[in-house]
Amino acid sequence: MDQNQNKLKVSVTLLRILIGWHFLFEGVVKLYNPEWTSFGYLATAQGPFKWFFTMLVGDATIGWVDTLNIIALMVVGITFTLGIFEKVGAFVGMGLLALYFFAHPPFPGLTQLNVEGSYWFVNKNLIELVACLVIYQLPTGQYFGLEYLRKNKLTKMQEQ
Amino acid sequence: MKWTRRDLLIGLGGLPILGAVWWAGAANTVGSRRKRSEILEQLNITPSLPPAVPGIGGEPVRIGIIGFGIRGEQLCRALGFATEDWKEQMRLAAQEDPNNHAFEDFMGQEKLNVKLVGICDVFDVRAENFIDSFSTPENPIKRYTTYKDMIGSGDVDAVVIATPDHWHAPISIEALNHNVHVYVEKPMTHTVGETYLLRDAAKNSKAVLAVGHQHRQTLSFSTAKDIVEKGTLGHVSLIQTNTNRNDDNGAWNYDIHEKASPETIDWEQFLGSAPKVPFNKNHFFRWRKWWAYGSGLSGDLLTHDYDRLNCVLHMGIPSSVSASGGIYTHNDGRNVPDVIQVNMEFPDYSTGSSQAKGKEKGMTFCYSATLGNGFNRPTILMGHDATMELGNKLTIWPDGASTRYAEMIEAGKMNPGVPIYQYNPAANVPDAISSATSQYFADKGLMWTYIDGVRVDSTFLHMREWLSVIKNGGKVSCGINEGFEEAISAHMAGLSWKLGRKIEWDPNTEMLKPIEGIDFDEVLLANGTWDVKPEMVG
Repeated sequence: MDQNQNKLKVSVTLLRILIGWHFLFEGVVKLYNPEWTSFGYLATAQGPFKWFFTMLVGDATIGWVDTLNIIALMVVGITFTLGIFEKVGAFVGMGLLALYFFAHPPFPGLTQLNVEGSYWFVNKNLIELVACLVIYQLPTGQYFGLEYLRKNKLTKMQEQ
Repeated sequence: MKWTRRDLLIGLGGLPILGAVWWAGAANTVGSRRKRSEILEQLNITPSLPPAVPGIGGEPVRIGIIGFGIRGEQLCRALGFATEDWKEQMRLAAQEDPNNHAFEDFMGQEKLNVKLVGICDVFDVRAENFIDSFSTPENPIKRYTTYKDMIGSGDVDAVVIATPDHWHAPISIEALNHNVHVYVEKPMTHTVGETYLLRDAAKNSKAVLAVGHQHRQTLSFSTAKDIVEKGTLGHVSLIQTNTNRNDDNGAWNYDIHEKASPETIDWEQFLGSAPKVPFNKNHFFRWRKWWAYGSGLSGDLLTHDYDRLNCVLHMGIPSSVSASGGIYTHNDGRNVPDVIQVNMEFPDYSTGSSQAKGKEKGMTFCYSATLGNGFNRPTILMGHDATMELGNKLTIWPDGASTRYAEMIEAGKMNPGVPIYQYNPAANVPDAISSATSQYFADKGLMWTYIDGVRVDSTFLHMREWLSVIKNGGKVSCGINEGFEEAISAHMAGLSWKLGRKIEWDPNTEMLKPIEGIDFDEVLLANGTWDVKPEMVG
């Protein structure tokens, strides 16, 4: 196998695991804290899609929004760390990150709330989103992850 | 088939990572929640529930409004009556900013069983605006030329007094003598002498008097009371309260109405007991800037902070007050100070002690105000065991040298930099506040309180309580005794500033300790030179 191909696989696998780690931790922390809510984050949304995020904070919707957020975080976290169905995970991750990005976009003229760095159009949410795109296009579960077992072993079992 | 060790390593390598991250997240969250609940259990603070008042049944209470200026309009809205102008403005404001809920809140406010029947305002434009806005063929509203006419008419059960300060006591006394119920704005009186007269009138009257300190309805303050009573803060030796405003509105430079003239304003009646100066629009609309009609920072804003703390601590009238300050930021002809520092001493007061008996006793209440800077300085109660920030939100930090929390701090369960308790009933309510002055009042918990996450105008609650007591009996939360303490304390501060000396209170005789050669009320009205000359107020 091509040396460079191998290096790329290792790098992307590492990227996948770290992103999974990040999402999983965020999801678990929220899962175990019944008081957690995305209310404050959404209620202070800014930018062109402010109307959309403000709409989500109603009494009837906020519970669903919170639950879906935790589920989505866990889906990305689990698929990425275990290395199975990562394409689904990457797709969900991109959607989630796009929402985070547009709720508080680092556009000039908008106040940046709770940020630790300086950003202009591009912030870490956007970069992580593109990283998810890479995962989507280069799935590595078959080299390191449950996908390997599913692909190699289960198909072989069927062949036998 | 056969699974080699290599297969398992490649296929299941992610599992330990997943397990480790999951465990770390769960342990972290559950651990910090347990630590928090242990602290909360120890503190045992009970957030207050909304006050339940018996309904206002029977015939509607017939209300006469005396004074329909800025505050008068606000009080009418609390009673459920808003002018078309205001509604239109708020509709526009809500269009501009969807977080502005003023109109929505007003429309959603519970309807009170009241009827507006009369108006008394010396400015024609305001009286006519009142009638145009609220008079209907079924319920015509009568304009009275004087408050005496209104009170003596027999057509009003209750009056709401939102006049300049020098009219508060004379109108309240007249109403109480006629057994007409009174809701009077703060400060309750304009002079020391009036304070006693009003107290006598209230005690001898069958009518109910309520002083307009609406924050007594704020839930965070009743929660704060529980916190202090449980000894959470230990012995509080110092309270710091502040006013910081830096805008025209906050410095009482209100708009002057274009139609104001000697023809549209009954100037003589406005002046009342004040020195006879010629017609002056500035004085009429911006009366808070002169001692002849208003009470400056000590009567206007200190009273809020004093009563806010008095309803939490019940510290009463200070044994002495010293004040200093000057007119440093708005040298525009006013004679009330715009920068003032007031120190009130309570040498025998204690919120309880966690240390050896007798070691701690006494407290200073320090009020520091400027109308030349808008930086928000919170109200802080400083105790031996903890510090509390008091507003619509409450936050408590343990003190590093606390006796009560020594063990928990030692064990790392508490950290002086990390709050041990936070009460924020508004956490889930996005607010839009229109002006710097509104923000000032909102932060202090003076504008509204939150009940089950819904914002409620505290003035509405305060008036509802007054109306309920009128119908059902009981006690208002800010009645004559609370008003008496508020007024005397404010007058002591004003006197001290004017005389440049300490003013003392004798709790046995319930009088200010006399100072030879000085008539306190002349000092209060005439800004330190006891001859009341017209130029003193202009």
